[in-house]
Amino acid sequence: MGLAHKDLLSIRELTSDEIRLILDTAESMKEVARRDIKKVPALRGKTMINLFYESSTRTRTSFEIAGKWLSADVINVSASVSSVTKGESLKDTGLTLQAMHPDIVVIRHPAAGAAQFLAGRLTASVINAGDGAHEHPSQALLDLFTIREKAGRLEGLKAAIIGDIAHSRVARSNIHGMHRMGIEVRVAGPRTMLPRFIERLGVEVFTNLDRAIADVDIIMMLRLQTERQQAGLFPSLREYSRLFGLTAERLKAARPDVLIMHPGPMNRGVEIAPDVADGPYSLILNQVENGLAVRMALLYLFAGSGQTG
Amino acid sequence: MRILIRDGRVIDPARGVDDLLDLFIEDGKVIRIEKGARSTEPLEASKGKGTKAARHAESALAVDRVMDATGLVVCPGLIDMHAHLRQPGREDKETIASGTMAAARGGFTTICCMPNTDPVNDTRSVTEFILDTAKREGAVQVYPVGAITKGLKGEELAEIGELVEAGCVAISDDGRPVMNAELMRRAMEYVAMFDLPIIQHSEDLHLSGRGVVHEGLVSTELGLRGIPSASEAVMVARDLLLAELTGARLHIAHVSAAESVRMIRDAKARGVRASCEVTPHHLALTEDTVRGFNANAKMNPPLRSEADRQALLEGLRDGTIDVIATDHAPHTVQEKEREFDLAPNGVIGLETALAVTLTILVAPGVLSLPQAIAKLTSEPARILTLSKGRIAEGADADLTIFDPHRDWTVDPATFASKSRNTPFAGWRLTGATVATLVGGKVVWEA
Amino acid sequence: MVRGFFYVLNSMATELNEKAQILDPQAIQRAVTRIAHEIVERNNGTEHLVLIGLRSRGVDLARRIAKELMLIAGAEPPVGALDVTLYRDDLDKVGPQPVVRKTDIPFSINEKQVVLVDDVLYTGRTIRAALDGLVDLGRPRLIQLAVLVDRGHRELPIRADYVGKNVPTSRQEQIQVLLTEEDGEDKVVIMEQ
Repeated sequence: MGLAHKDLLSIRELTSDEIRLILDTAESMKEVARRDIKKVPALRGKTMINLFYESSTRTRTSFEIAGKWLSADVINVSASVSSVTKGESLKDTGLTLQAMHPDIVVIRHPAAGAAQFLAGRLTASVINAGDGAHEHPSQALLDLFTIREKAGRLEGLKAAIIGDIAHSRVARSNIHGMHRMGIEVRVAGPRTMLPRFIERLGVEVFTNLDRAIADVDIIMMLRLQTERQQAGLFPSLREYSRLFGLTAERLKAARPDVLIMHPGPMNRGVEIAPDVADGPYSLILNQVENGLAVRMALLYLFAGSGQTG
Repeated sequence: MRILIRDGRVIDPARGVDDLLDLFIEDGKVIRIEKGARSTEPLEASKGKGTKAARHAESALAVDRVMDATGLVVCPGLIDMHAHLRQPGREDKETIASGTMAAARGGFTTICCMPNTDPVNDTRSVTEFILDTAKREGAVQVYPVGAITKGLKGEELAEIGELVEAGCVAISDDGRPVMNAELMRRAMEYVAMFDLPIIQHSEDLHLSGRGVVHEGLVSTELGLRGIPSASEAVMVARDLLLAELTGARLHIAHVSAAESVRMIRDAKARGVRASCEVTPHHLALTEDTVRGFNANAKMNPPLRSEADRQALLEGLRDGTIDVIATDHAPHTVQEKEREFDLAPNGVIGLETALAVTLTILVAPGVLSLPQAIAKLTSEPARILTLSKGRIAEGADADLTIFDPHRDWTVDPATFASKSRNTPFAGWRLTGATVATLVGGKVVWEA
Repeated sequence: MVRGFFYVLNSMATELNEKAQILDPQAIQRAVTRIAHEIVERNNGTEHLVLIGLRSRGVDLARRIAKELMLIAGAEPPVGALDVTLYRDDLDKVGPQPVVRKTDIPFSINEKQVVLVDDVLYTGRTIRAALDGLVDLGRPRLIQLAVLVDRGHRELPIRADYVGKNVPTSRQEQIQVLLTEEDGEDKVVIMEQ
């Protein structure tokens, strides 16, 4: 040990011990999140900036609440890339933020590498809340947390990630995070949505849902971006749903106690049937609740690792 | 002004010369080539008649300047058939003055500038503007490349006859492909009337989509949209067929994919009049350079896989690839210092091309030194039908003198180019320009 | 300087030597028993009593006291565990963030007589943090403090209601409490550099 990270840019840079520390800390945070009075003073006097270039109510709110429960001063900055292309560059935004001396900057941006770009220009800790199709480390950590909570372990489990792997930062972060923690990973989806050489990331590749979900412990469904239809990646929602939608009927091919996850927001009836999403083995709402605890843990741990500029 | 370049290793691939020779230059021409004495003693000191040293002494009497090239290579001035000088329109990135100075510094005496300026070089007036400016402010010779289609829009042919008359040496829509196959066919037929090469930026824009890097393991890992090799190869295949159909001279710019090399090799064997070029960065770098989201590794065509790079080396070795050209594409620091997706394509290369070639190709023995020099001199001259790229009595004294053994570290801050977007910053390279002569005049000297 | 939070996984490396043993296993047992008696006496029984130990050795001591209370009063009060890391006033100064452990108080503390239990009372800052933590969890009727060792050097107006042993120390010294549950043996020693 003895690694020093200023930032959380990708899950690949974390060791298994580091991931375990984050998950353990999140467990403590979960207790705080379940109190009547949810506020603790740990980050009093710290400033956290949520810099979101993509609308994402779920992730932004999760980070915001996590920061507030830890007593940080949370500032939300939303910017659309279209206005940014006309106006201030990310570099200048970075310089402007630096002048405000934040302790933590949480960034969501449609371009892969944007978090890394910003991290190189800020003394504050930068937490990547999703950069293009690259990574979304806090999502993978909350998924690992949720799996560990339900299954009692991570090592030796088998997971299938289903859907648009090519465009999914959730898939990328989860593949790396799961591997790090000893989970065997399969991916499945239409061939048009499986990026080339994906098997070289150490995953088993399927184009058939039934085969992919047979004998796995975890099924993680990804959100289908419906605009991919215009890009010619699938012919229709109906066909996508028929081939890759998770229904109660299809679930018969899986183990009876299989855990079902979805990073949200869901397209009910497309990639996941409502009765499956709301079914007894669905962890979808646990994921949301655990997201708060994991983000509290990240904010707590990283608040001490940057430098107030 | 009479100059003697003494005791250099003169390499002229066009005539198969590789010898220690003395070159006498007067009125912009090489007037005499003599066997060198390999002597370091002062010329005046030796008086004995009949010896080499004596002949030196005799000749030296009338010389204004002696350049001692002992241990150095003297070769025909390098020719870059693919550069972007940005003037007119984007003088913040580069000008004809700064771009030609960068060329001189890199050992280039002749460069061709692509038409994607603002306004586009699709009319006589723009061609004349470039030539006039180059004459007044340029350190080296500039030959403009005219547009295939008006405004590079790929819709209607530009007035190519007029462009040729004004001084364009090739025709290209570089930066964009001519997507319409019918239009490309007509362009080839039309350009063939003037016996000029038509240079294609080979890319199927539909296959490239919004891709920003090579589609491969790195694009998959980084979540960046990929440009498949097929995007280039599909267009190369189409154009080779059209060249076969029309008999036109097709030159394929910046080949990057193994598939393209393979098809060009086959086409050449069938007698198709095709030639092609490769950039130093595609020879030296692969998709791995993109890791860390390095925007100075972003260009089009993208850096491809190691297998592609090996195919390019093999293509150079077996003569499938005729030319090394820089695709010098200046961009300001502000433009490059941003999100990878939003950074513009292209890197500069004039000031590193020779050293990268020597380091990547000659040092490991991929090409001999004369072979490498041919790819930078006689070969582009042949394709562009320029009476340059050779050293002969009576020929223009466009010469490059370089030290093939000198190590240096690439520091973009020292570049003559206005831009700094090189992927080689910090690289240790072997081989450095010592002097560049254009028309007998020393335009740059270390 | 840019600090990484993972330094925390390295143990503090300063070399310390044992100077003297203050309490042996029997003395610790006697102290626990005495504190239990005093708690019963002061609170007139154990009816509304809850014990909350501070992570981690305070929790072990609280459990021992609870067992004694069972022997004395016939009822074992509930025992909770409080981690005060998130309430510390020195998070800005300690460098890497200390590990946060779980607060586990599976009962209401409203209107209860709470006895906070810790191993060593020193500056009082940990107890200050614990009091902040406790009031976030409910509104006890009263809060008392029991410690195994009081070593002095208070920086806040805090005192213990029950003390196993008062030990005068210098600031250069450290008190180390070892308990079988965590450390495999029972003893309290003074360490010095």
